[in-house]
Amino acid sequence: MRVALQVTCVNDAMFPDTGKAVVRLLRRLGVDVDFPQAQTCCGQPMVNTGYLDEAVPVVRTFVDAFAGYDAIVTPSGSCAGSARHQHSIVADRSGDPALVAAVAQTGPRTYELSEFLVDVLDVTDVGAYFPHRVTYHPTCHSLRMLGVGDRPQRLLEAVHGIQLVDLPNATECCGFGGTFALKNADTSVAMGADKARHVRDTGAEVLVAGDNSCLMHVGGMLSRQRAGVRVMHLAEILAATEETA
Amino acid sequence: MSGTFVGMPAFPTAAREALADTQLRRNLAHATRTIRDKRAAVVAEVEGWEELRVAGAAVKEAALRDLATHLETLEASLVRAGATVHWARDAEEACAIVAGVARDHGADEVVKVKSMATAEIGLNEALEAEGIAAWETDLAELIVQLGDDLPSHILVPAIHRNRAEVREIFRRRMGDVGRPAPDDLTDEPSMLAGAAREHLRDKFLRAKVAVSGANFAVADTGTLVVVESEGNGRMCLTLPDVLVSVVGIEKVVATWSDLDPMLRLLPRSSTGERMNPYTSTWSGVTPGDGPQEVHVVLLDNGRTRALADDVGRQALRCIRCSACLNVCPVYERVGGHAYGSVYPGPIGAILNPLLNGVSDEQTASLPYASSLCGACFEVCPVRIDIPSVLVDQRAAVVDSHRGDRVPKPEAVVMKAAAWTFSDARRLRWAERASGVAGRVLGRFSRTTLPGGRTAAGRLPGPAAGWTGARDLPAPPPESFREWWDRTDGGHRPDDDQEGRS
Ligand code: SF4
Repeated sequence: MRVALQVTCVNDAMFPDTGKAVVRLLRRLGVDVDFPQAQTCCGQPMVNTGYLDEAVPVVRTFVDAFAGYDAIVTPSGSCAGSARHQHSIVADRSGDPALVAAVAQTGPRTYELSEFLVDVLDVTDVGAYFPHRVTYHPTCHSLRMLGVGDRPQRLLEAVHGIQLVDLPNATECCGFGGTFALKNADTSVAMGADKARHVRDTGAEVLVAGDNSCLMHVGGMLSRQRAGVRVMHLAEILAATEETA
Repeated sequence: MSGTFVGMPAFPTAAREALADTQLRRNLAHATRTIRDKRAAVVAEVEGWEELRVAGAAVKEAALRDLATHLETLEASLVRAGATVHWARDAEEACAIVAGVARDHGADEVVKVKSMATAEIGLNEALEAEGIAAWETDLAELIVQLGDDLPSHILVPAIHRNRAEVREIFRRRMGDVGRPAPDDLTDEPSMLAGAAREHLRDKFLRAKVAVSGANFAVADTGTLVVVESEGNGRMCLTLPDVLVSVVGIEKVVATWSDLDPMLRLLPRSSTGERMNPYTSTWSGVTPGDGPQEVHVVLLDNGRTRALADDVGRQALRCIRCSACLNVCPVYERVGGHAYGSVYPGPIGAILNPLLNGVSDEQTASLPYASSLCGACFEVCPVRIDIPSVLVDQRAAVVDSHRGDRVPKPEAVVMKAAAWTFSDARRLRWAERASGVAGRVLGRFSRTTLPGGRTAAGRLPGPAAGWTGARDLPAPPPESFREWWDRTDGGHRPDDDQEGRS
């Protein structure tokens, strides 16, 4: 099986450790993951802001970069959702039948990390070790656009040494929402403040989620409040072992 | 009496004001949580809720697919049953028709059943301009009307008010327009409801003309349906001699049996009740019983515009249950007024642009008033994919500016981003620049994120929108793709050059 990593533009530029964690994790599980160098971004920043024409060349770059892979793994529920549900909108609008066909090929083969681990590799215990008090925030896109269900929790529960605590009002949006965080900064911050408060209420040392963008938002608030809570991507916890701990 | 949404600022500005009102936020959080929990409990009782949603969506979708035919059938059935049917292209025509009926009967006042369509067309203000007083009889509408206030929720227009505020409004204003509130009025809900009942009784008994909307209009039987919780609507529908019903053309369903899924979906989604306490249906005129003259105003007011929108037309399935408002995290924090319309919340954010277009700034701000979290779609009883429509309406906003001589800064940024993201070499170059910026930032920054990473605190300029309340991690010196190159995808040993991130 040829497996490609779609690292996401945010991870590439801002959170490279997440990509490295995915590579370590998948290698440990025997998957020889490749990183197609031609990849850039899923196009979501443009699509979700309404710039559908602008997204056309970005989506084209995406499908070209990942053509020929059996599975495309991404550490982002949002980007997987974009590939699976939004690329067809962009392709339809482009009027290019080749793009429509290519999107229909890549979309269904794009998996968010927890889906890939649980559904494709059929593992829940990935042999991770992380002896900390952790709370999990299910991001909206993985929860509702993709429907990853409890896969991330099952993966986390199987981590050795972990103390997983429930996050109150977990399914409520953190308020990031891409350009929403800037266009409606006040509302976004009001939502983030409540999320940060709930995180603090758990007494967790670490907040984990499957999307770095949401973590950047909530983590930025927790840091400003000097809450002393660290944010980590799911991949980083799953990649952690006795040696790294 | 009552305010107007005309001239409301765009959403971000209105939201900022609302967010500063801590009382409002407390009222909203409490009220939405209460209805949300009630809804969740009664929905969970229904086996096959999902199938019921699919059935509800199908009923409305079928009606919309052949809207012209169903409306003609409806008109014929209504006329056969003794009603007079009027067609109104817009708010102005609809208001004129209602005012004309009232004038024909020499009425200087009408009693009203809570109705979104009449709120949408600004009927009360239009009637007032003609010297006709319109009295709202729904408790929450009455609170809004007496308070010279604007509605902020579809189902509970006074959701932003608490009991103490309601008591104040009743004491201050009831006497001006009819029976005053009793002197010993407390803020006990039963006391408040009692005062409203006494106040309204005079009006019910006096009024010659009533105005209503309809939740559904059944084409084959010519039946209009109103569901409610208080029974005031039923008083209006049965006591006066003349009834005028203003009905959006999307309210039509083909057959009587189509009501079955709808009347099961609506109360559970809306009030969290298993069934509506009052369900009233009427077909034209019944000699000697109820109003002896019935007018039905079929209202377009942008609906055919929405119908012509391939993605957006599903918004016309909406049955105004308000479930999407109650689960919306944005609505919960800013309330309904920020949306500048009688249709607030997620449905308002798509319906207003669909009905009115996106040429004015206020309406154009609405599709962006969402984090696209998808909670609204999850609860919508007729499965309106609100997030997808939001994105599509954002595209409509962007497209409406494509001809601008001076592009908006946002458009410039998006085009530049798209250009960068269309080619990995360009992206690599941009990431290198951001890595350098990160190093510079690292020199100055005194903020460290838990875990050891350097972050930016408050920044000036465009970044202030983010860093006003959130620290921002400094970009790492090395991007993932650079790391991949340097270490051959992690196969070569990593040295400490690795960008700590
Ligand atoms: S959009 Fe759906 S959930 Fe919202 S008010 Fe309409 S029917 Fe109810």
